Amino acid sequence: MGAGHHHQLHLPGDSVVHRLPPQCKLLAVLAFAVVVVATPRERFWAFAVYAVLLAGVAVVARVPAAHIVRRMAIELPFVLFAFLIPVIGLGERTDVLGLSLSVPGLWAAWNILAKATLGVVASILLASTTEPRVILIGAQRLRLPSLLVQIAMFMLRYLDVIVDEMRRMRVARESRGFEARDFRQMPVLARSAGALFIRSYERGERVHLAMLSRGYTGQMPMIHDISASVGQWGTALALPVLALAVWALPW
Amino acid sequence: MHVPDGFFNAATSLSAGVVAAAGVAVCLRGARRELDDRTAPMAGLVAAFIFAVQMLNFPVAAGTSGHLLGGALAAILVGPYTGVLCMAVVLLVQGVFFADGGLTALGINVTIMGIVTVLVGWGVFKLVTGLTRGKVVVAAFLAALISVPASALAFTLLFWIGGTAPIEVGAVAAAMGGVHVLIGIGEAVITALTVGAVLAVRPDLVYGARGLAKPLVLRGSAGSTTVVNEPQPVAASGGLKPFLWGGVGVTLVLAGLVSFFASSSPDGLEAVAETHGFSGQAADHALGGSPLADYGDVGGIPVGIAGIIGVGLVLVIGGLVAYLSRGRAKTGDRARA
Repeated sequence: MGAGHHHQLHLPGDSVVHRLPPQCKLLAVLAFAVVVVATPRERFWAFAVYAVLLAGVAVVARVPAAHIVRRMAIELPFVLFAFLIPVIGLGERTDVLGLSLSVPGLWAAWNILAKATLGVVASILLASTTEPRVILIGAQRLRLPSLLVQIAMFMLRYLDVIVDEMRRMRVARESRGFEARDFRQMPVLARSAGALFIRSYERGERVHLAMLSRGYTGQMPMIHDISASVGQWGTALALPVLALAVWALPW
Repeated sequence: MHVPDGFFNAATSLSAGVVAAAGVAVCLRGARRELDDRTAPMAGLVAAFIFAVQMLNFPVAAGTSGHLLGGALAAILVGPYTGVLCMAVVLLVQGVFFADGGLTALGINVTIMGIVTVLVGWGVFKLVTGLTRGKVVVAAFLAALISVPASALAFTLLFWIGGTAPIEVGAVAAAMGGVHVLIGIGEAVITALTVGAVLAVRPDLVYGARGLAKPLVLRGSAGSTTVVNEPQPVAASGGLKPFLWGGVGVTLVLAGLVSFFASSSPDGLEAVAETHGFSGQAADHALGGSPLADYGDVGGIPVGIAGIIGVGLVLVIGGLVAYLSRGRAKTGDRARA
């Protein structure tokens, strides 16, 4: 969780992957992640095949590799943690380049690195090929409670407004010579947070009144139908089904 | 601290998902009571606020900085049910749209960073406001202070059940607890000051302070007094009880999961921890005569002694602050009398 958090991942495009209904893609990515997590870590070749599958999706969706790699930085803290595990892990030790490392620790580090990377790439592909709002409509079709979907939609819609509000306050603080060096500066940050909360809350009240005046009854109207055909389900589920086949191959 | 895919085994991830889904379902019902038909826009905007505030880095110690988790802050500002919902939505959006936190680990993330922080934070907050007769800022400080290490310990517990790395649970608890006590102090300061700042401007917006404000008393020239706007007792939210029950429920579910997984994988981590324990060993021997050591033998694990020390530390700090604030309240009473 760093500062560069809120640039959106979505890449507009018109590939097969972009055109698939969101609920299909969402379910496909989730099923794929579950299969990856359930794969025994000793099966190196299976992870290689999963990576190839994801690369195939990226090629079909025309998502440039640089876009994915840049976004994978989100994984970094856990990569660091994964490198620590062999050093502090328990069990049988082995010598690698003069360092005494734990063998189960090495396995665990590989396990986390491989699965986390595949999961992150799959999520990036989903977010890159689907508009955020549309993903949420897909989630609603998958029976996610509509209130939760509405909350997430409002959050997405107003995220940039609120974050920009905070950025303006930061610019205002810094242009007056403020710099958060130690805990003595915390009251200033806290007052900013308090002001931001009041502004967010009051904006929420105004939004609610605006919605009421436009006839809001607790349900968001659905403007377009996004039901999926059998063929589209088949295309989307090809990814997890192939992964599942790889998973089940040794049996 | 967003857990990615592959950190926990599939069974634990799915079980935590069930716990998280149940918690969110309860909160969806509860939030309608807290906000009625304003739930969607209000909770959405508060979620955006939490997302923004999580980007606010504050200096913790020399050179390092942390950022808010925001669970306790959300619970105090908008109420526990809405707080859990907001945290869950923030984590959902981070997981799905920013690839931050694994999709299979979403349940784990919602459980430890949403449900645990809000439940613990709100529980402590209600307890302290009850004890100190409405010291909202002090209560906010303690709630945030305890909620962060509690979340870290919940992570450790889950890691013990279904983590994929062979690390001694005591070491994990020590590392997580130690770091998170520090982060908790930063979180506590920011949360308390933020709640104070909101209280100063719009006290009506602080959910946790409802019914705690003193009534406005008008004094006439002839010594007559009139009470304006007598505060109504908060009836709808039902106070602390649902939360204690909720906490008990979550604990029971987790305990059930613990026994289930512990019995299904009796060896592995535990045996390794016993024969090759490093850092936890000294503590183990030091407590050799206590009942804790017994438990350590039975479980084969020194039950995160370091974690217990961390919690103890937090409780001592918390007790101290509560004690000091009580003292001040008393002197205030005496001065008035």
